Amino acid sequence: MKILIPIYLIAVVFSSVFLFQDSELKESMKRGREIYTDFCVTCHLQKGEGVAYTFPPLARSDYLMNEKRESIKAIKYGLQGEITVNGITYNSAMADLGLEDEEVADVMNYISNSWGNTSDSIVTEKEVASIQK
Amino acid sequence: MLSLYLFVITLNLSCAQDFENKVITPENVPFMAELFIDELQIPWGFAFLPDSSVLITEKSGELIHFSNGKKLIIGNTPEVYQRGQGGLLDVKLHPNYGENGWLYLSYTSEEGDAKGGNTAIMRAKLKDNALVENQLLYKAGPNTTKGQHFGSRITFDREGYLYFSVGDRGARDDNPQDVTRDCGKIYRLMDDGSVPKDNPFVGKDGAKTAIYSYGHRNPQGLITHPGTGEIWDHEHGPRGGDEINIIKKGANFGWPLITYGINYSGTRITEKKEMEGMEQPLHYWVPSIAPSGMAFVTSNKYTDWKGSLLVGSLAFQYLERLVMDGTKVISREKLMEGEGRVRDVREGPDGLIYVAIEGKGIYKLVPKND
Ligand code: HEC
Repeated sequence: MKILIPIYLIAVVFSSVFLFQDSELKESMKRGREIYTDFCVTCHLQKGEGVAYTFPPLARSDYLMNEKRESIKAIKYGLQGEITVNGITYNSAMADLGLEDEEVADVMNYISNSWGNTSDSIVTEKEVASIQK
Repeated sequence: MLSLYLFVITLNLSCAQDFENKVITPENVPFMAELFIDELQIPWGFAFLPDSSVLITEKSGELIHFSNGKKLIIGNTPEVYQRGQGGLLDVKLHPNYGENGWLYLSYTSEEGDAKGGNTAIMRAKLKDNALVENQLLYKAGPNTTKGQHFGSRITFDREGYLYFSVGDRGARDDNPQDVTRDCGKIYRLMDDGSVPKDNPFVGKDGAKTAIYSYGHRNPQGLITHPGTGEIWDHEHGPRGGDEINIIKKGANFGWPLITYGINYSGTRITEKKEMEGMEQPLHYWVPSIAPSGMAFVTSNKYTDWKGSLLVGSLAFQYLERLVMDGTKVISREKLMEGEGRVRDVREGPDGLIYVAIEGKGIYKLVPKND
């Protein structure tokens, strides 16, 4: 019994951290969804499908999944030059959208966990702030 | 007889566009596209000075003077609110620029107390590679952090009135139908920014008296018809339902109560495409081409193009030529496909067509039969 109590406590603390993270992600995604319809949907489209050869997809994008840091940088500062997304080369430009760090984190959380995408870590405002040009 | 007449009229009214005219890609075009000014990011607007040099607005905030093959950055330009579709937007010369030197700019400004920004119109003169005598003529309010629908095209009519557009700023249920609020409107001012006494909402309680017409979504094309002197606009609809309209004093163009488009998510905004007291478009595009920039061809440089309307497409990345018969669209052509997002198109003083493409620069359409 004596041994069970600490285990129980650890479990409670653990799961509440987990639940907390979970609801934090949900809240962030909710805000991110609004940012998405406001700033991104005109090019990357409603389901993140993009337009082949013109606007790269975000849904199941290997770039977004594997290059998290570069993706945050792209949303924060804009992106220009050649990139390859799911085997297709894009060589155009996305302008600086003027988002605040928290908004970049929110929209990253939304696109990284929508349309079949999943991410195991939540993007925070602090992380975005630490990424420089 | 009268009832038949009425019936025909109603038919005409209820049918803004009697067929879904398809866009075709012509086999032969009367021009070769030559890159005239290279290495531009988002050339939002441009204007030709009397010496044929060019002023270009970059969305990022730079005003560029292209003269003798060189680019100079103009100093003392306004501070722009860089967010979403905002930035330094259109540039237009006063009709009597040669005498008075006034040039007009639209941009997004943070001026005011609230967080965010909104569309502003200013005028200034160019001296020693800098703007001087800068005057703010209009600043739409309230500020908002929304990133879309700034409108911002500028034109002058034959009497010298200044017109400009401001989009709905992403607040379609608050702004476009309310003339006591800015946004979702076409405005008319005197060239010095004062409100003409005969503007349609002068004397109406609480109205923004600079408003000339309302119920617009996001007009990024605004020009004066070279033949009739009327003001024509085109505006981004939601998904589907981009429109061309002839602007009328005090008229309601219906957004968001009537539209040919639907939400990006596929849900309906309204069932209605028409309503009494609201204007029908002269043309609508389904699907949306995302129109930006607009010019009539007035020269004889390109075989049978005279009288055609040219419109840029951001979404499908081409230049569209609409063959017109008065106010009727006869057919549509896709030109310069795949070059990039076409942001602006103008006819130069040499009668040639110039096309601004994002990520590329400004192209000159050199006539093939020249
Ligand atoms: C004006 C069109 C446009 C808008 C608006 C836009 N993008 Fe992009 N985006 C692009 C283009 C074009 C590229 C590829 C740039 C290149 O070729 O270097 C891109 C690339 C990306 C990439 C990396 C490639 C990929 O597909 O994974 C991400 C991530 C991205 N955008 C996210 C966003 C987000 C989030 C927003 C809204 C906050 C947004 N974009 C708004 C056009 C746009």
